[in-house]
Amino acid sequence: MARIYLDNNATTPVRPEVAEAMVGLLRGCYGNPSTLYCIGQEAHVEMEHARDVLAGLIGADREEIIFTSGGTEGDNISIFGVAKANRKKGNHIITTKIEHHAVLNPCKALEKEGWEVTYLPVDREGLVDPDSVGRAITDKTVLISVMHANNEVGTIQPIEEIGKIANAKKITFHSDTVQSFCKLPINVDKLGVNLLTASGHKLYGPKGVGLLYIRKGTKIMPMMYGGHQERSLRPGTENVPGIVGFGRAAELLHSEMGTEEPRLRKMRDRLWDGIKKAVPFIRLHGHPENRLANTLNVGFDFVEGESIILSLDEYGICAASGSACTSDTLEPSHVLSAMGVPPEHAHGAIRFSLGRENTESDIDKLLEVLPKAVENLRSFSPIYKEYLRSQGSAAG
Amino acid sequence: MAYSEKVMDHFRHPRNVGEMENPDGTGKVGNPTCGDIMELYIKVKDDTIVDAKFQTLGCGAAIATSSMVTEMVKGKKIDEALTISNAMVAEALGGLPPIKMHCSVLAEEALRSAIDDYHKKKKA
Repeated sequence: MARIYLDNNATTPVRPEVAEAMVGLLRGCYGNPSTLYCIGQEAHVEMEHARDVLAGLIGADREEIIFTSGGTEGDNISIFGVAKANRKKGNHIITTKIEHHAVLNPCKALEKEGWEVTYLPVDREGLVDPDSVGRAITDKTVLISVMHANNEVGTIQPIEEIGKIANAKKITFHSDTVQSFCKLPINVDKLGVNLLTASGHKLYGPKGVGLLYIRKGTKIMPMMYGGHQERSLRPGTENVPGIVGFGRAAELLHSEMGTEEPRLRKMRDRLWDGIKKAVPFIRLHGHPENRLANTLNVGFDFVEGESIILSLDEYGICAASGSACTSDTLEPSHVLSAMGVPPEHAHGAIRFSLGRENTESDIDKLLEVLPKAVENLRSFSPIYKEYLRSQGSAAG
Repeated sequence: MAYSEKVMDHFRHPRNVGEMENPDGTGKVGNPTCGDIMELYIKVKDDTIVDAKFQTLGCGAAIATSSMVTEMVKGKKIDEALTISNAMVAEALGGLPPIKMHCSVLAEEALRSAIDDYHKKKKA
């Protein structure tokens, strides 16, 4: 049975050109980039080329790019590193309620150490109001962190406007761009960020590698100590194959952005139209327009998310859910909660995130299978039966 | 987190699904806020559960444990049915991931609630 993978916001398949580039390095170019001899220098050249490419894609200087193990590490360095470096200046951080846990949990950890964190609310569509950022700033604020595009619902935040506010007050501004890198245009000066985080495995590159952009002059301390790699900000022998794979993946995806994003948007919109026609009692989670082109988060009333996912899995269809049952904490999605979605609706939320391997026939298959799956689950859902009975009696 | 084959079987082909006409006992547990709601219906004759059905809103484990518990109680005397624990339901399914054990607790509670309801109805 053919697989239909619709969870590209979770991770993406490594594209063939990237795998090829990496295998070549794994086989032949094993040198430590910090060494002086030929094979070490070869590795160094490969790594620096990737760095140049990535810096160029976002309008940064190569010295402003450091390689990490991924988005989580980049977020952690940004938050802990800026906090540590600015402790004498203040103890206040501003972020949002819908950030990834790689931002929220470092903030929570800092709160235990005496830091104050403002978690800004979002509206029903998941948008942060830039004015709320301005209002939250105090003379103790040392960091603002707002994600570019939300991974669960896809809503795109007004980073440029927030950047202007942060820059005016000279407050370090970080944005987690893990979901938007090479999917939305990113220029570090236009966005006004001091720091941004990206991750290889979200762009058809390998897992275990990411980058942190650090604008020259940003006060930040390392989280790890060791050798002098990555300007001592992130020591450790570099993951050269991963870095090269990351660079290649980003280069390719960035060049395709102009055609790929409209293609995904068209398929995603057709999926939404199809669901609306075929399945009653549903709701869209996220901004109707200002959203990542590939992301569709739908709430299906009267059913639970994991059971929909398992039903789709039977047909080889992979998607994600915001239900409590699919989380590690048994709490429904914090993003949906922040958007005011009540738990009983959040439990039925399914996220479809399309990618470069998806085709129109994938959408056709999903539209064939999904309505039946939901109907089947509703057929023995006690609250659906209750609702139908109430409608029956209302109709008299 | 992986479900056993038995859990997946009960999820994909749940036994005893549906409403019951004039059940002798109905157990309703869980709530929409938690995302798990189980309704268990039993038909009792001569102190023996002759039929059981369920309706469940919930995850794979919730649906599987509901299905399994209805299988386990059919043909049992009421007193015997009361000895069915969540651990037994989970074991009958080949085990559940630790984070899903609470679903088997819900199944046990639904059964007890249905039996309670049967006793109340009988008294009345």
